[in-house]
Amino acid sequence: MIRIAVVGLGKMGLSHHSIINAHPNVTLAAVCDATGYVLDVLNKYTGVRTFTDFDEMLREAELDAVIIATPSSMHGAMVRAALDKGLHVFCEKPFSLDTKESDELAALALEKGAVNQVGYHYRFVGAFQEVKRLLELGAIGEVSHVLAEAYGPVVMRTKGSTWRTQRTAGGGCLYDYAAHPLNLLNWYLGMPHGVGGSVLNSVFSKETDDEVFGTLYFDGGKNAQISVNWSDESYRKMSTKISIWGTAGRIIADRQEIQVYLRDTAKIPDGYQLGWNLRNTTELTDEVGFYVRGEEYSAQLDYFVKCIAEKRPDNVNSFSSAAETDKVIAMMIADAEKGPSVSNDTVLPTPSIKKSGIFSSLFSK
Amino acid sequence: MDKLLFGDNQFFGVNHMSEEKARSQAMRFQDIKTVIEVLDNAYDEGIKTFMCTTHERIALVCDHMRANPERYADYKFYPCMPYAHKYANAMTDHGLLGAIKNFLPEEGFIDSAMRGGMSLAKKDIEGITTLLIDAEMKMFAGLQTPVIFLQNVVVDFLLGLGFNEAFRIFANHVKARYGAEPGFITMNMPKLLDVLEELGIENPIVCANINKAGFRMSGGFEAYEASLKDKKFRAIAMSVFASGAIPPEEAIEWICEQPNIESIVFGASSRGNIRSTRELVDRYWQKGHAKSVA
Repeated sequence: MIRIAVVGLGKMGLSHHSIINAHPNVTLAAVCDATGYVLDVLNKYTGVRTFTDFDEMLREAELDAVIIATPSSMHGAMVRAALDKGLHVFCEKPFSLDTKESDELAALALEKGAVNQVGYHYRFVGAFQEVKRLLELGAIGEVSHVLAEAYGPVVMRTKGSTWRTQRTAGGGCLYDYAAHPLNLLNWYLGMPHGVGGSVLNSVFSKETDDEVFGTLYFDGGKNAQISVNWSDESYRKMSTKISIWGTAGRIIADRQEIQVYLRDTAKIPDGYQLGWNLRNTTELTDEVGFYVRGEEYSAQLDYFVKCIAEKRPDNVNSFSSAAETDKVIAMMIADAEKGPSVSNDTVLPTPSIKKSGIFSSLFSK
Repeated sequence: MDKLLFGDNQFFGVNHMSEEKARSQAMRFQDIKTVIEVLDNAYDEGIKTFMCTTHERIALVCDHMRANPERYADYKFYPCMPYAHKYANAMTDHGLLGAIKNFLPEEGFIDSAMRGGMSLAKKDIEGITTLLIDAEMKMFAGLQTPVIFLQNVVVDFLLGLGFNEAFRIFANHVKARYGAEPGFITMNMPKLLDVLEELGIENPIVCANINKAGFRMSGGFEAYEASLKDKKFRAIAMSVFASGAIPPEEAIEWICEQPNIESIVFGASSRGNIRSTRELVDRYWQKGHAKSVA
């Protein structure tokens, strides 16, 4: 049995707690949260051992791994302490607000030989995994452009001040929502060499952003655009969509289904055909041992447990892959602060019209 | 329970196959009249139980039923609570405790204040839980609610935590206050049945995905088959078409052959689909039940 503790009992922490506690190869050895009330209720009704102090928990509880789901600004110190203690670590996203720290922690995890994973659960969604597989097969030829979108109804009015309402504490649409499609872009296209046109706009929030737009530039002329808004009530819940244009076709994917158009120039993968192909979640999703709120949440924790138990070398959502997303986020913040690269009063270059070719020779004289 | 129950996913933009389809359904059912029209179609096909989320728009359906008692004299609601997104969104805002406080009645009788206040102070969840149930049940006042369900997100979340006492509190309150049978919706049927058995909740009503494709049957297809065969409980099968992955006739024929299925809950948006599902169930139900008993 693998002994795991859950740290931070917000929405994600409680969800992880429920899923991991039901795992047949795991003993939930402790939970830790700064506020005692929820802890006391949990202890009273489920008997789980509780701590209000993280360091005390590390000293006293016998653990193999921790799941860290505290406010983002607290991740760094906790991850470091857990790694120093020799524990495997699953950390919620975004990994760290400080890109230098992200890199250091990724290196430390490698040095310690610890299983290290960040909760970018979309990499465990069947449809998004199928996108990755198709791209690796080169099914739609050379990719030129990706549009990554996410919309949902999180902030629909001005709210009181918590860590979630302040960008400096890791709150906002960029860290919370946009991190997911950005992470998918990192997965599909790698690390961009630059960003531009970043817009971090507030709709309702006073101290952070509610909508995020921008362009990411990748090697080989590939580029991506991101459009994210968490103040959109027309969506029932968070909805993430990826559209990819290639020389030999197009892919559109969300959590429920993948739609693939293949041209006659495409390398057509097994089970696919020329023209439109539709595959949906029932077909693409592997069943999980215990289900609470979507297969991907169970699958990512089951994968974490398997990586510990079987010492698997592959490392989906490793700290270093999450550090890429942290870096893109930081690049977009820096870019947005600069504002537009060309303004209305910039002196614009005059286009130089080349007088050659058939038209110019026809119309000259 | 009737052998066919009418579900409500189609009315609220829930579709496990396609977000586009979900959105177009949400648009179609924007006006509550269109929802009631479909419910009337189902009623006229003999499907007189509506198994519905405690979504705020259901209150409008309830108003309509109360206003037309002759038309809906034998109409039954099976409320499924809570509408989870409401709580999930509030939890991001206010934390777990804040979210709960948010949905407790703001003003009320001394009873509510006592149940809520004492309960919070003593870290005793019974008072709070019963208050939340009462808040969700308000919209059904004066209507028949012979079975009241706890939604799968909550059931499975509590099941994972090992917060089993909550099931007993729910069951007791629903029986005592509403004279109703408690029901539990789950994506982890075999595990839940074990826990309910331990708690001494006898012959429970459990609604779960049961389909030929094994879609969202956590714990595994074989464990579901074994539970249906050996456990004493009243099963309601949902997602029998596995969100459209199984052709209707094949899906219905298979589900009717399974032992211990007391009802099937399904959603449909047109009279034609409602009728064809009813006809399939009429055709295979007796045949299947004869076979499963034999």
